[in-house]
Amino acid sequence: MIRFLLRRIGQFIITFLAASFLLFAVTEFSPGTVASKILGPYAVSSQVDLLTEKLHLGDPLLLRYLRWLGIVAGVVENPLGDPAIGLGLSDPRGNRYVGNFGYSLMLKEPVVDVVGERIGYTALLTLLAILVIIPVSLAAGVAAGVNPGRPIDRVLSMGAVILTSLPEFVVAVALLLVGVVWLGLLPGTSPMTQGGRWPLSLQLVLPVGVLVIASASYVLRIVRASVADTMRKPYVRTALLKGLKRRDIILHHVLRNAMIPPITVILLQINWLLTGVVVVESIFAYPGVGSLLLQAALFGDIYLVQALTLLALLVAVGTQLIGDLCYLALDPKIKLG
Amino acid sequence: MMRTILRRFSRSPSALIGVTLIVAWGLVALLAPLIAPYDPSAIDFAAAADPHPSLAHWLGTDSSGRDVLSRLIWGARTTYIVVPLAVMSAFAAGILLGVPAGYFGGWFDALVSRLSDVILAFPALIIYIILITALGPSLLNIIIAVTLAYAPGVSRIARGITLALREQDYVAAAQARGESSLYIMFAEILPNARGPLIVDLCLRAGYTVILTGTLGFLGLGLPPPTPDWGGMVVESAHLLPIAWHMAVFPCVAIASLVIGCNLLADGLRKEGLK
Repeated sequence: MIRFLLRRIGQFIITFLAASFLLFAVTEFSPGTVASKILGPYAVSSQVDLLTEKLHLGDPLLLRYLRWLGIVAGVVENPLGDPAIGLGLSDPRGNRYVGNFGYSLMLKEPVVDVVGERIGYTALLTLLAILVIIPVSLAAGVAAGVNPGRPIDRVLSMGAVILTSLPEFVVAVALLLVGVVWLGLLPGTSPMTQGGRWPLSLQLVLPVGVLVIASASYVLRIVRASVADTMRKPYVRTALLKGLKRRDIILHHVLRNAMIPPITVILLQINWLLTGVVVVESIFAYPGVGSLLLQAALFGDIYLVQALTLLALLVAVGTQLIGDLCYLALDPKIKLG
Repeated sequence: MMRTILRRFSRSPSALIGVTLIVAWGLVALLAPLIAPYDPSAIDFAAAADPHPSLAHWLGTDSSGRDVLSRLIWGARTTYIVVPLAVMSAFAAGILLGVPAGYFGGWFDALVSRLSDVILAFPALIIYIILITALGPSLLNIIIAVTLAYAPGVSRIARGITLALREQDYVAAAQARGESSLYIMFAEILPNARGPLIVDLCLRAGYTVILTGTLGFLGLGLPPPTPDWGGMVVESAHLLPIAWHMAVFPCVAIASLVIGCNLLADGLRKEGLK
């Protein structure tokens, strides 16, 4: 057990490091791009040369990646904070601390501060969405799965296929049309500022609603398939023939066994939610890290993009690890191989 | 052959609806120059004064007076160029990596599997955002991004099926005949692995329609004069309260095509299970 855990954690670290190298390679592949992203298109060549020298942009990619890891880990000083470069970037924490992702070129502030201000909003949005998605999709999925082929199953399954087919922005347009334009009950943007016409709770309804509609239908389909599959198992038949009540069979025999695949899917769904969050936050002008990532990418703010992508990677790879552990805890048959 | 295919489709209403939607949009894309009533990029400010649907413009015009119906029709052509190319390229790469990985195993398999894990660790949309902003939005770059993001998933499926089929008698027979590994992988194993791969192809085609729409919506799609469904939505979403038709029709177009792909995948999967 301990050995299995250690091996999974080792794999987690290797995947994460490899992914971070890929990220670094894509964002900082050519030294010329790095200098022009930092200095802007009208930089004088003497400035470019100074920056190239200070940041060691001429070094091989692997060396630059290792130095970047060192800066993030707080071992190496970030040269960008050097006043001699003349960019006016400074960090109250100094140039060497754990989690030093450099400076946002778009906002001229340390990346940690920029991300810190907005991460709470995204966490809130995602958490609320998950809190709605899990009960809704479990209830609907079980209701459809224990009645395979009946009208309730057909309606729910068909509805779920249609809803999973809709891109987030299409769902958003539909909800905006109903909630904002026709009924006038909800705000069309969610900047999460207080004191305006709309309380914060109402500002959250549409962004959470879009995430729920886009994700719950998929989880529902997985739950339905798993429950319907379990219902056909011999032990369920035996329980039925033994004269147990249908309710008891479903509650005690079917659900525990049928929940194993959906739990991993729900955790993987967090990966999908991160995608949805970028779209939803951008549509509703929600002040989270998803819309920030898009703005940073469009601006060419490489350091902010690196930090936010690493954050997304950490969440995505971390949930996979947790998913494996849940799987292990729920299913005693799984070999620790 | 044709008759069996038709008979199987007629047994599965969802596959039938799916195929109808996909073929219908395909015809629209093919015949775009013949059936579009206006030039999709022709700006007409006189028409923009009253953009709502009318006899002259059946689905109305957008805020610059461009005919929405014509832009939808030409947008179908854009979609039918980008999506098949991107999905085919992802499947070619995924199959070329996954089948040998499953057949040979060993270090090649380990390498492909670890690389897939690394790429699959990224949330999909983030791959596109980073790549497209690094490379710039163009047809080729969208294809590259989709290939990079989907090939690992495809190769994983291809590898899994190959692993199961490798032990079949006909593979042993071919090996005993002295056939080359290349022949066995792509003439013996691949044709027998097509079922799950075709279902996955339909699903991924649907995702790619969503994805290209989303990229267009986020401003990362093909550059502006190209009529693009996602781009049409983002240009007009802020006008919903006064002119809902501008954003709603392209949304319906995207949704119907993705629903078509998913229904087809669903139908094929159920038929395959029988």
